[in-house]
Amino acid sequence: MVDNRFWSAGACRTLPMTPIRFSPSSLRQGRWYEYLFRFGLGGIATAFAGMVASQLGASIGGLFLALPALFCASATLVEKHEVRRKREAGLVGERRGKNAAALEAAGAAMGSVGMLAFGLVFSSLVERDVSAAFIAASMTWVAVSVACWLLRRRMRSLRRSARAARPRDT
Amino acid sequence: MMEYVVRFFVGGLVVSLFSMLGDTLRPKSFAGLLGAAPSVALATLGIAVYLHGAAYAGAQSVAMLAGAIALGVYSVIVCHLLVRSGLRAMTATAIALPVWLIIAFGLLALAGRFQ
Repeated sequence: MVDNRFWSAGACRTLPMTPIRFSPSSLRQGRWYEYLFRFGLGGIATAFAGMVASQLGASIGGLFLALPALFCASATLVEKHEVRRKREAGLVGERRGKNAAALEAAGAAMGSVGMLAFGLVFSSLVERDVSAAFIAASMTWVAVSVACWLLRRRMRSLRRSARAARPRDT
Repeated sequence: MMEYVVRFFVGGLVVSLFSMLGDTLRPKSFAGLLGAAPSVALATLGIAVYLHGAAYAGAQSVAMLAGAIALGVYSVIVCHLLVRSGLRAMTATAIALPVWLIIAFGLLALAGRFQ
């Protein structure tokens, strides 16, 4: 397994936190039909958004740029992978699968804040400079999403530390 | 028809790239950020700029703000459904879908941007 640990952010003094890792070997867990499914779903979502926009106008079509269809597929696949991994290790893995999908959902909630920032930056720049709008909006999405994730992690870590430091009632 | 074929392939490619990137990142909550990546938006807005111009793409991206807020609420609801109700991911994501529709269209109506 090739794990490139490129970043460990917001390290807490009291409790260790999982570092952010890039693990290309995880791609081997996926089956070819799952990649085909995601390609098809992405294609259909994009064609559908275009179709809605041409039939019902740019505004209603624009709503579908944030359609959670891809998140649905992604959460389902994450759960499936986790259950499969646990079954291969001789465990049931149902609970673990649901928790993995729940973590995916928590991440998507933070990513949606980034998506909001993407839309704001893109709409304010696109009529002045199209290339700059795409670049600035994409960079904003990355920065805001990662900042939200780090902030949440920091807050969870502080809460856990406070709980651990609290004297126990006897 | 050709326009939709192009949309299908461009959208499929961009979404696949984001999904594969999400598969390679850990921890899972961090990879989940990619679940709300603007992959469909990048493909659609790129085509919109090419076919209809910057103003049209701008109008789409403003409406996308309502969709993004709805996506945030939807994701939180799915997270709670998975943790508290014990539903499977496919069921939880499907059950919560009307919430996305109601919030997204509700916000658009509130902003008076139905066209």
